[in-house]
Amino acid sequence: MRAAVIVFPGSNCDRDVALALRQVSGVEPRMIWHRETDLPPLDLIVVPGGFSYGDYLRCGAIAAHSPVMRAVKQRAAAGVPILGICNGFQVLTEAGLLPGALLRNAGLRFVCKDVFLRVENDRTPFTRGYRSGQVVRMPIAHNEGNYFADAETHARLEDEGRVAFRYCGAEGGIDEASNPNGSLAGIAGILDERGRVLGLMPHPERLADPQLGGIDGRAMFEGLLAAVG
Amino acid sequence: MLKATVHVTLKPGVLDPQGKAVQHSLAALGFGGVEQVRQGKYIEVDLAETDRERAHATLDAMCRQLLANTVIENYAIDIAAADIAE
Repeated sequence: MRAAVIVFPGSNCDRDVALALRQVSGVEPRMIWHRETDLPPLDLIVVPGGFSYGDYLRCGAIAAHSPVMRAVKQRAAAGVPILGICNGFQVLTEAGLLPGALLRNAGLRFVCKDVFLRVENDRTPFTRGYRSGQVVRMPIAHNEGNYFADAETHARLEDEGRVAFRYCGAEGGIDEASNPNGSLAGIAGILDERGRVLGLMPHPERLADPQLGGIDGRAMFEGLLAAVG
Repeated sequence: MLKATVHVTLKPGVLDPQGKAVQHSLAALGFGGVEQVRQGKYIEVDLAETDRERAHATLDAMCRQLLANTVIENYAIDIAAADIAE
């Protein structure tokens, strides 16, 4: 699997996700600096978590207009799977690759803890390692993870099966108590129209090795490997 | 040169937890009758431009592309009445 991890000034989960990709695929991913304008042939692009450009203006807003993102958009149009994690999700919404926006957490606090997620759609390259309805555990660590979309966009996401993950309780129930940030309908991750771009606030790369205390995140990278070879 | 200011505000209906927190804090300080507080951004832009219409068009494009996220925010552009001498 020829994977690339985009690195912005302020990215801080780039090495974690690179490690997870290497462990699963046995291939070292390419680390691509934000100033690059050309990308090598790739099977997967990851926009990692962190605080790109210091979260100036809005989280992900400056990164979304960086030189490398023009190339990322071209690859997305060509169908290369794009995975945005945490700040990467924010970047993808700001870049217009995913609909909606991520607002300040409803509780006004940075939330750093493990959460349960319910897999809502297992028919994508990112989620084929899970099954729909499965409950998995992943860490979150964010201040702006409160997913918002207008009613029309939200209805379209639901109708088209584009909600990939939802915050849930240990048994998979969706309620306010298990929603850590006020996200609309408990949305933790969404897909683009073709199911080739996924953005999610939780960090699969932080639970992808038994030494980290769990491997629920690993199935995402294994699924991607199986999908793209 | 033209001096412009841009106000970026959350659209009505978009939850503003910061505004709510400020409102509660004002109430705790004894300021009664505060019905709502909404927080936004104020941005100053100095443009090397003398034509106000062109400046407005440029600022509008800036707001749509970067300064505001029109999914969640509205923006208002104000260009200072008189040209400011350098």
